[in-house]
Amino acid sequence: MSADLAPALNNKGLPESAKPELNKSAGLEGIGNDYKYGFSDKEDYIFKSGRGLTREIVEKISAMKNEPEWMLKFRLRALDIFNKKPMPTWGNCGLLNDIDFENIFYYIKPSQKQETDWDEVPEGIKNTFDRLGIPEAERKFLAGVTAQYESEVVYHSIREDLEKQGVLFLDMDSGLRLHEDIVREHFATVIPAADNKFSALNSAVWSGGSFIWVPPGVKIEIPLQAYFRINAENMGQFERTLIIAEPGSFVHYIEGCTAPTYSTDSLHSAVVELIAKPGAHIRYTTIQNWSKNVYNLVTKRAVAHEDAKVEWVDGNLGSKLTMKYPAIYLLGERAHGEVLSIAFAGEDQHQDAGAKIIHAAKNTTSMIISKSICKNGGRTSYRGLIKVYPKATGVKSSVKCDALLLDDKSRSDTYPTMEIDEKDVNIEHEATVSKVGEEQLFYLMSRGLNQDEATAMIVNGFFEPFTKELPLEYAVELNRLIQLEMEGSVG
Amino acid sequence: MTSPNTNKSTGSNSDSSAIPLLEIVDLHVNVEDKEILKGVNLTINAGEIHAIMGRNGSGKSTLSYALMGHPRYKVTSGKMLYKGQEISEMSPDQRAKLGLALAFQYPVSIPGVSVSNFLRKTVNAVRGRDIPVKEFRLELKALMAKLGVKDEFLSRYVNDGFSGGEKKRLEILQLSMLNPSLAILDETDSGLDIDALKTVSEGVNALSKADTAILLITHYQRMLNYVQPQFVHVFQDGKIVASGGSELALELEDRGYEWVTSEMQPTPGTGPNATKTSSSSSSPSPAVVGAK
Repeated sequence: MSADLAPALNNKGLPESAKPELNKSAGLEGIGNDYKYGFSDKEDYIFKSGRGLTREIVEKISAMKNEPEWMLKFRLRALDIFNKKPMPTWGNCGLLNDIDFENIFYYIKPSQKQETDWDEVPEGIKNTFDRLGIPEAERKFLAGVTAQYESEVVYHSIREDLEKQGVLFLDMDSGLRLHEDIVREHFATVIPAADNKFSALNSAVWSGGSFIWVPPGVKIEIPLQAYFRINAENMGQFERTLIIAEPGSFVHYIEGCTAPTYSTDSLHSAVVELIAKPGAHIRYTTIQNWSKNVYNLVTKRAVAHEDAKVEWVDGNLGSKLTMKYPAIYLLGERAHGEVLSIAFAGEDQHQDAGAKIIHAAKNTTSMIISKSICKNGGRTSYRGLIKVYPKATGVKSSVKCDALLLDDKSRSDTYPTMEIDEKDVNIEHEATVSKVGEEQLFYLMSRGLNQDEATAMIVNGFFEPFTKELPLEYAVELNRLIQLEMEGSVG
Repeated sequence: MTSPNTNKSTGSNSDSSAIPLLEIVDLHVNVEDKEILKGVNLTINAGEIHAIMGRNGSGKSTLSYALMGHPRYKVTSGKMLYKGQEISEMSPDQRAKLGLALAFQYPVSIPGVSVSNFLRKTVNAVRGRDIPVKEFRLELKALMAKLGVKDEFLSRYVNDGFSGGEKKRLEILQLSMLNPSLAILDETDSGLDIDALKTVSEGVNALSKADTAILLITHYQRMLNYVQPQFVHVFQDGKIVASGGSELALELEDRGYEWVTSEMQPTPGTGPNATKTSSSSSSPSPAVVGAK
């Protein structure tokens, strides 16, 4: 599409130069580094915007994508909002204020065109994906793969039967290009640009992300998956995902994130909007493992209409600071929402995560299960909101937060908020904080496990209510990540 | 280091001049700065069955924790030699890999970890190799059948919501899979009904048949009806005050613990059975009376 617009920046076809670099890092260099996926591919981009954010950059992004006028206007308005909005005054303000917005690349376009066939994906990128296990995953049971490499989707395939069912599964840019009417009707209706400073930023410079539309009554049996990866230093990744499930349909979308380690900070600020129409069911699973310099400031929100069901399954490992509170607006009667999340914070990490459920209709039900672990001075916070509107009778909600501290230096806080404006409701809240017990460790060690293995087993057990909701390969991956975190290489 | 299996002695009392499996010499142990063990002497040879009896609070369980290496049980003086190696500085997992195993009186629960996953990880760790899944299953199923453990057990979380009997069965199942050279059973008989006691005892006997030495710590005599020790030791106030053969256990059952104190202390070796069994022992000094 836009290759002609791209300044010829280092456009020489990726593979040869990329390969040796990658092989090198496959050898000894990564050893001793605590972050397993901290290898980095040689940068080789078609277009890289300058650092910092200006009106010109926003216009350029929109022009390169050949966007309709309304989207450009939307972006520019969002930019104004971003510039006017102050930084949040809650959460980890100290860390937030360290973000230098002038020192970030807002758009990077890695290769010339959308790839549809695995064989056509450039070798360097493919090697990166190989390490993340994408091809294997696909061979097994992927329905379609959208792999976000930098800001642009380079690889995208959809299984034929999905197409036959009329399901749309595209990157967001293509979604806008090919299905402008559907996008325009729903885009930013769940999360307006003005929602918060970071949703405004995303709205101004968004690029990539997934667009899914499921026709009425269609139930997609196999999870749709996408891998995300940030690969350039100081690069912001602002993907935008929109999932629309028409009445009576079902979709399970999975994203897994890994990122290489860099010395300066990287910003990831996504916006994810889910729309579950009457009787529809959306499950959205995330496992993210950003490297420990990434700011992960994500706005995720869903609306559930009558008899609809929305589930966020959210795993937060890695990153420097995560602020993420998946929200569900239960707008129709008997709608159901669930947020099941885990967070893991090690040294110099703060996972500020939680959930928001808004009961705006009668007989709506919700469940929040939040589990967090911190070690080596890491910090986890649960920040949650349950809101019940007046006249929303028959509401049921249960909230359960468990925190596990692995040492005395670590910290866990709970900030639950309840705004209940109706009497005929049933709300339960339960919170626990515990420490890994000496007796548990001794028991496991007396059975031959060393201290790290024993701790990992306890931690995996603690996360099990979450893990069991994941497809097997993700559960295995998560357990492995936890094992790595426990091996004492961190901190 | 080779696996504990190959290290294990080939038969009980096969060679009396060999290094004892376990040799405890004048062991003193503190828990939170309070001395609990006050000079324990005990020698166990490969394949032998020893019972330690004593009142609650006499320090029996402390001995088992100290042997396994609980971090709060500090050895202040004395020796714990296992296969000739001093183990007091070793971590519990190192001791497990040497062939020690402890069946806990109060096994803790590990929520979220299934019994099958737990067994596989721990058995692999102790044996030092990954046993193929199929082989592991076969071995496990055979033992489960013997111990009357149902399949559904495997998918439950370790000790989570288990009854007392289920916990003890799982302990013995674990020990049977780990196949240690010394199994320490800490009050394994407590909280068991008669059927469970029988099956658990059969499990212990099977271990013994497979040349595992047994150190059975108990308050009551009743398990000794099913598991017959060659040596019985009476524990009191942090040390062994009398030792004898299996008849000592019966005597304790009849007469309680009082007579041991009154008749056998302070002079060692004056008890009715003590000196007899002590001299009949094949090992250098498996039975010590009124030690120290």
